[in-house]
Formats: sequence, structure tokens, C-alpha cells
Amino acid sequence: MKPFILLTLFILAVLVIAVAPFCGIEHIPYSTLWTGELDRPQADILWKIRIPRVAVAFLAGSALAVSGMAFQAMFRNPLATPFTLGIASGASLGAVVCIHTGWTFTYLHRFGISSVSVCALGGAMATILLVYGLTRVKRGFSTTTMLLAGVAVSFFFSSVILLLQYLSDFTRTFRMLRWVMGGLENVVDFHDVLSVAPFVVAGCLIVLYLTHELNLLATGDELAASRGVEVDRVKKALFFAASLMVGGVVAICGPIGFVGLMAPHICRLLIGPDHRWLSVATLLFGGMFLVLCDTLARTIIAPTELPVGIITALLGGPFFLWLLLGRTPKPLAA
Amino acid sequence: MHPPADNTAVDIRDLCFSIGVNEILRDVSLSVEQGRYVAIVGPNGAGKTTLLKCIDRILTGWTGRIEVFGRPLHRYSQRELARRISYVPQADGHVSPFTVEQFVLMGRYPYLSPLTTVGREDRQVVRRVLEQTGTAEFADRPLETLSGGERQKVFIAAALAQGAEVLLLDEPTTFLDYRHQADIRRLLAEANKASGITVVAVTHDLNHAVLESDRVVAMRNGTVMFDGRPDEIMNTDVLRRIYDTPFTLVDHPRATVPVIVPQVRD
Repeated sequence: MKPFILLTLFILAVLVIAVAPFCGIEHIPYSTLWTGELDRPQADILWKIRIPRVAVAFLAGSALAVSGMAFQAMFRNPLATPFTLGIASGASLGAVVCIHTGWTFTYLHRFGISSVSVCALGGAMATILLVYGLTRVKRGFSTTTMLLAGVAVSFFFSSVILLLQYLSDFTRTFRMLRWVMGGLENVVDFHDVLSVAPFVVAGCLIVLYLTHELNLLATGDELAASRGVEVDRVKKALFFAASLMVGGVVAICGPIGFVGLMAPHICRLLIGPDHRWLSVATLLFGGMFLVLCDTLARTIIAPTELPVGIITALLGGPFFLWLLLGRTPKPLAA
Repeated sequence: MHPPADNTAVDIRDLCFSIGVNEILRDVSLSVEQGRYVAIVGPNGAGKTTLLKCIDRILTGWTGRIEVFGRPLHRYSQRELARRISYVPQADGHVSPFTVEQFVLMGRYPYLSPLTTVGREDRQVVRRVLEQTGTAEFADRPLETLSGGERQKVFIAAALAQGAEVLLLDEPTTFLDYRHQADIRRLLAEANKASGITVVAVTHDLNHAVLESDRVVAMRNGTVMFDGRPDEIMNTDVLRRIYDTPFTLVDHPRATVPVIVPQVRD
């Protein structure tokens, strides 16, 4: 049953990835694939815009979903998200500071890396170190301390963001607001795929390597330790893997909400709580879901685009309430 | 101070543990031979749970010396330790989302390497402990659908699946009805007598403690106050010193030790 579900998810993901690049304002017929009748602008749209964008969407969706799953297991809290520890707020603060001050790093533009992304990544990394440091103040690596430190840092940064927005002029405030919504419209090149991929691949590999440990952590730190898990070490590995993955994604895409919260829950309903299956399902589903949402985002009110964060939240919010209220609480237990 | 005997399973010397300024354990020394059934009793806050957690290295930061099968605790990896010692925690109300079988299979963790899956031997062990603990019939049910007594059996099954020689239990029969208490006692006695597993059980039930164990350790305020045979602790003066409250003892018609009956208020 479980291999069948995984196989279905895999086939669906492949289909979504295969179809998505052909959808959009400029319709590209599939027949061009085998007739080879792809004219120059169409080829450019396909290879330089659509395919990188679909690739980044899949990577970002997978990363957010897998890190959300890891945090939900580690904190034993079904409401944990990739952004619970303040990484998104840190990245947003970096981006907002960059927009507010108007910093530009022309040196980096040659590599196709935007200044805002660099500042966002810096903000994310600083937040990861800050939360890690705060957690280490107390003996051991307490989940409760980490959670509280993360939430406190997150709220603090959010108010700094509001302050900077308030102090900025109209254009900049608009850019800030737009960035904080999250979206993939800045992805216009393979550079972006290459800058996101290492974070996502490394992070997902570490999480997939620790699936037995995730199962045991979900039963509680003490029980996990008694079964032979080096609890502190595993939690640190998971913290850094998930956080770096989120940081890398948020730097390019902004804080795209709800994928990280709901993809793991949907997959728990589909395939059960065993992380050996759940992690792979979550990776596939998260990626596929974001590709779908992004395709909707760029076609639904064409020629304009919607921020994908709006679509994920529009689909995700009601769905989450339905899970929370309409179902037994069982599938929500991390 | 005597050197630990060859058949010592757990040897503790001068164990101290504090949280902030609170001393939880103070110079605890205790040696448990292999194959024993040791009951640890004492008032709330005596440090009984903390002692178990220090032995299983769930808590770190203590001072003193703990040896497991003649080897200092710090020389064990957590995985190696899990193959020698297993632990059944106090029921804390948190229930994980797994089924009984998944949960018991997780007891095989110390034998798995990261990329291997559960093997045939692991499944056989799990099958055996499920039968042994009478939990096979609800192997496919999620833990949260079980009663407290059934759940406790599953926790013991998972600990047994670890294949360890020492089993630490924290109040295994608290909150259970009479039948499940009897089931758990029988289960532990079997593991101890038939499989030779060393059992160290923290309990508040002195009657069970003296009827099941062959040694009773009483703790109070972080120190060991009494360490001896069950018949020795069943003495109103000794008990009164440990618990600060009067006791009434009567002879049990079938046991060799007296048992406690509830006090009658005037």
C-alpha cells in the first residue's frame, strides 16, 4: 500500500513537472518537443524562464515541506512550520534592510545574484546562529528553549520590519511588502536553480538519513535517548539541515507560507506517521504542490502574476481548518 | 568500600546530580548484580526517577561514577548502552502517533545502521515480544486507541525488543487497574526469572515491591536510606523513618513477608 502511494506521488510529481513549463501566457505546444519546431523566443522562454522557475518551485516546495516535517517531529508540535524558528523573519529583515538602505552589490550581479537575496540569506544565517546560540545558553539542546528563542527572535524581527516599512517611502514600502509575500517571479535564470539546489539537496539528504531518529524523537526525547539516539547531536543536525535549507529557499523566494505547515500533514493522512515513508512522500508532495500553485499564480490573472504565497495560503488556510476541525485530531499529531 | 563483583550489572559510586542549586542526588552508591529484581521506593521527590535517568544517560551532567557491566558509562555510545539497558518511562499522557507494531519495532533502533531497514531478525524479535507481552492481538492499532494498561504493556514490549540485559522501569503499575497490575507484575517476573533480565523498578507500591523483588532500596532526599532484603524493610520503625508517617503491617497468608494495610483514621 505504502509503496503504491509513493509511486503514485512520484508519477504525479513527474507529470506536474513535465506539464508546468508549457503552461503560461505564451502557450508553447507540446508537439514542438518532437517536431523540433521551437522558434527562438519560445525556446528562450522555455529554457531560460519556465524550466528554471519550475525547478526552483519544486526545490523550494520540497525544502519547505521537509523542514516543516522535521520541525513538527522534533518539537512534537503539529503547528511547527519552517518559519517557527524565525528564519523567515530574519531573511525578511535582511531583505527589508537592503531595500530600505538601497544597498547594491554590483559585483554579485555578474553572477546573477541579487543584492536583496544576499541580504536575505545573511539575515537567515544570522538568525540561525542567534537561535542556536540562545538555545545553547542552557545546558544541553532543549527543544523548548529552542522553540521559545525562535519565536521570540521571530517577533522581534517582525517589529523591526514594521518599523523599517513605516520609515520607508512609498515605493520602497511597496517593494518590501511584495518581498514579504513571497513568490518566484524573480527566478529568471538557471543561476537561481544553482544557488538554491545545494541547500535543498544537502538539507534533504541529511533529513532523509535521519528518518529512524525522527520517528524516535516524535515519541519524545527521553524515550529516544533510551533507545540509543544521540539526542542532542541528532537535534543539532536536524536544526542546521532544516534551517539552512529554509534560509537558502527564503533568500530567493521570500517566505512562501503554508507549504511547510500543510504538506507534511497531508502526507501523514496519506501514508501514516512513519518518517521512513513520510519524508519521501513529503518531499514529492511539497515540491509538486508548489509547482502547481506557482503555475496557477502565473496564469490565473495573466498577463499579471499573483504572488504564489497568496495561492498557497488561499488553498492551505481552509484546508488546514478542515483538518483541524473536521477530522479527529489524530492525523495532526506530529 | 568493596570492589564490584564480576557479575555486577550496574555499579554506582558517589553519584551527585543537581539542577541549579537544588541537589537531586547526593552521594548515591548502589550496586546491582545481574539477574536481580531490585525495587526502588521512597517518598516523592526522593530522586528515584532521576537515578534511573542518570543510569540510562537520559540525564547528563552528574558527577561520580557509573559503571555498566564493568565499563564506565562515558565509554559507551548511546547505541551500545541501549543494547545493555532499556527504560520504560513514567506514563506522561503524551501518545505518539504510531501503531503498536511500529512503536515496538523502534525498539530495534540500536541494532540498525542509518540506511538499513528493519530485517527479518528484527521482525522475529518483535513478533516474540508482542506474544510474550500479550500485545500481539492489537499490533496494528494506533497507540492512542489503547487503554493505559495495554499501553504500558506495549512500552514494556518495546523495551524488551531492545534485547537489553537490564530493564529500568519508572512506576510501571501506577494508574493501572488490578488486572493490568497483575499482568505487568507477571510479565516482569517472567522476564526476570525466565530470561534472566535484571529488573530495577521504581514504585510507590511497597506491597508489590516486597512481594516481587529480592532487594529493596529506599531513597529519601537524594540519598539511599535503606538497602536490604524485603523482609527487613517491612518494619514499622524503618518505614516510619523513610516516609514520616505511621504504618500498620499484617502477615500475608501466603507470603513470607508482612504487608501494609491502609491506616484507619480515628
